[in-house]
Amino acid sequence: MLRIFKKILTTGVVTEKIKAPKDAELEQLGIELKTHIDKKFSGSIAIRQVDAGSCNGCELEIHALNNPFYDIERFGIHFVASPRHADVLLVTGPVSRHMQTALLRTYEATPNPKWVVAAGDCAACGGEFGVSYASCGVVSNVIPVDLTIPGCPPTPLALMKGLLGLISAKT
Amino acid sequence: MSSLNWTEDFLSELSADMTVAESAISSDVTLWQIDNYAWQRFAEIALRQKLRWAAGWAEQVQDRFLVNACFEKQGKYILLRTGVDASNPELPSQATVYPAANRSERHTQDMFGIRFSGHPDNRRWTRHQAWIEHNYPLRKDFPVQGTPVGITAPDMHYPFIKSHGAGTYEIPVGPVHAGIIEPGHFRFQAVGELILNLEERLGYVHKGIEKIAEGREPESLARLAGRISGDTTVGHCWAACMAMEQAAGIVVPARAALIRGILAERERVANHMGDIGAICNDVAFVFAQMQFTRLRELWLRTNATVFGHRLLMDSIVPGGVACELSDESCTLIKKELVELKNELNEVILALDLNSSLEDRLYTAGFLSEEIAAAFGTVGYVGRASGQDFDVRRDAPYAPYDQVTVKVALENQGDIASRLWVRYKEIRASLRLIGEFIERLVDGDIRTEWQTPSAGAEGLGIVDGWRGEIITYVRFEAGNKIARFYPRDPSQLNWPALEKLVLNNIVPDFPVCNKSVNGSYSGNDL
Ligand code: SF4
Repeated sequence: MLRIFKKILTTGVVTEKIKAPKDAELEQLGIELKTHIDKKFSGSIAIRQVDAGSCNGCELEIHALNNPFYDIERFGIHFVASPRHADVLLVTGPVSRHMQTALLRTYEATPNPKWVVAAGDCAACGGEFGVSYASCGVVSNVIPVDLTIPGCPPTPLALMKGLLGLISAKT
Repeated sequence: MSSLNWTEDFLSELSADMTVAESAISSDVTLWQIDNYAWQRFAEIALRQKLRWAAGWAEQVQDRFLVNACFEKQGKYILLRTGVDASNPELPSQATVYPAANRSERHTQDMFGIRFSGHPDNRRWTRHQAWIEHNYPLRKDFPVQGTPVGITAPDMHYPFIKSHGAGTYEIPVGPVHAGIIEPGHFRFQAVGELILNLEERLGYVHKGIEKIAEGREPESLARLAGRISGDTTVGHCWAACMAMEQAAGIVVPARAALIRGILAERERVANHMGDIGAICNDVAFVFAQMQFTRLRELWLRTNATVFGHRLLMDSIVPGGVACELSDESCTLIKKELVELKNELNEVILALDLNSSLEDRLYTAGFLSEEIAAAFGTVGYVGRASGQDFDVRRDAPYAPYDQVTVKVALENQGDIASRLWVRYKEIRASLRLIGEFIERLVDGDIRTEWQTPSAGAEGLGIVDGWRGEIITYVRFEAGNKIARFYPRDPSQLNWPALEKLVLNNIVPDFPVCNKSVNGSYSGNDL
């Protein structure tokens, strides 16, 4: 037990300062923001992540958002287990045809108001898989999308900026 | 490892009507062609001779299907091949002999319409509802766009195994899971909290990788291979490039091979650190999760600094590697190796002495050596259950042929063993990275590409962080891919999960699953 405390103390706090992004910065990252989350909701958002056919690379970087460097929860952004608890669906991958109905049902199960973030090249703009007998292609081919974050996979920083951009109330 | 030539003995075991046409594919792989009626009997003899069934796939060549099965013993691979007529494609099943061949044959049945007679479970596997019965996507006359109509229906009527009897109940889970993980469906049958049976239903992330690979050129195929399973981007990309390079008859420069080795070991370390943290997290030991995700993040940042990509995507290219490794980078990596070793010493001691971890991880999720062998499990799943095999040591390829690879082995077969194998592998990888840097020679990092002749084929076999990857490539005219089949290690390890959760309690399923950490994407293709 002492070892654990010692390691915790010597490690210290590694969490990094991250500022809410300016529009120009979002543009530079290729992040396309179609809507903002209304100020009323933006203090805390609950995200349900849906892998709709990804290669799992995007998931690795989404996971990293919870590591001590990024610690995304400090901004009131947290991941939930059910779409019924969610404000935002964070969707990755091209939508495989075998996941099409599952994604639609997850979308329907998410209460209004809701927003959809398509993260990663596959979800946002095409990527390596495209449309085929097995894949519906980008997420917006299946459900409406409010924010796209490109990258293969997007870095945790890009994901973070995108999500912060979505909740930084402008209106 | 001394490889007594078992193939001579093996051939003498075959009966008079089983003739084998033999040709070499590479130093470790021999192609044996046999008549289709002997397909199953060959498997029976192979099992007696203790060959491991490693991979299976088919291919259409005009109006015939070539069916392949890959076997391994002592680091020597046999690529067994037979042909069946497309008008009546039927073959005696090998899954009756090797359980490892079960899902693979079902995949081939769904994708090519080849029937495996006597198959113990010929329900569909990869096909859900995206294409209709009696359509076979990997046949050459099936258009890559298919003929989708409207929204793909859910796969409602898949005939799951049912449980009967008082007190048993079923728990369906997925495809969308309660966490940041890939989609798949698990059907539990339980009594109280005890798992009586688990049935996996995968295929949700089937993206048609084999089909959309066809017609690509080498660079494009390498990029696709790097996205079969994002966590194994180096491993899959390497296997695909190795297969293509074999087909083209080119050898990568020594410097490139060493850099590939460094990339692959970096991938192994990153994933194992992530997994150890996640396993501990699943039993609510958050300290380890925080420490390991921190160490992993630092490691990935070095990847970005040195190789330009956190997960190392597209670092390996046909003929070599895409990125140079400067002296400064080498110094940076060497410094990092020392720091990480020190950190691990501290963190692992805290883990090792923790009784609440012991309570949850020892004896849980037990996989016996017999079952591990029967399913041909590889990587840390196999090695934690006594399966002493590693491509890097037993069928070494450059740069592993220059070094001694120590293979981590445990035989308790529980979650703790799978965790310790990972830890030992991290230590071994750190040593290997150091050695590869010491051995770095000057020179090119890429050999010029040569267009392979039409019909040229290659089999890339590497040890990815999850274990052995086997990738088959055939070229057609014009530098284009005619057939691509990557066998991810998960394909062999997934069925083992169905066995190792038995008699565990349902709430322990997540940690059992994490200890195996199969790739859904790598499995579904
Ligand atoms: S964007 Fe890249 S990392 Fe993300 S799912 Fe697609 S291929 Fe994988």
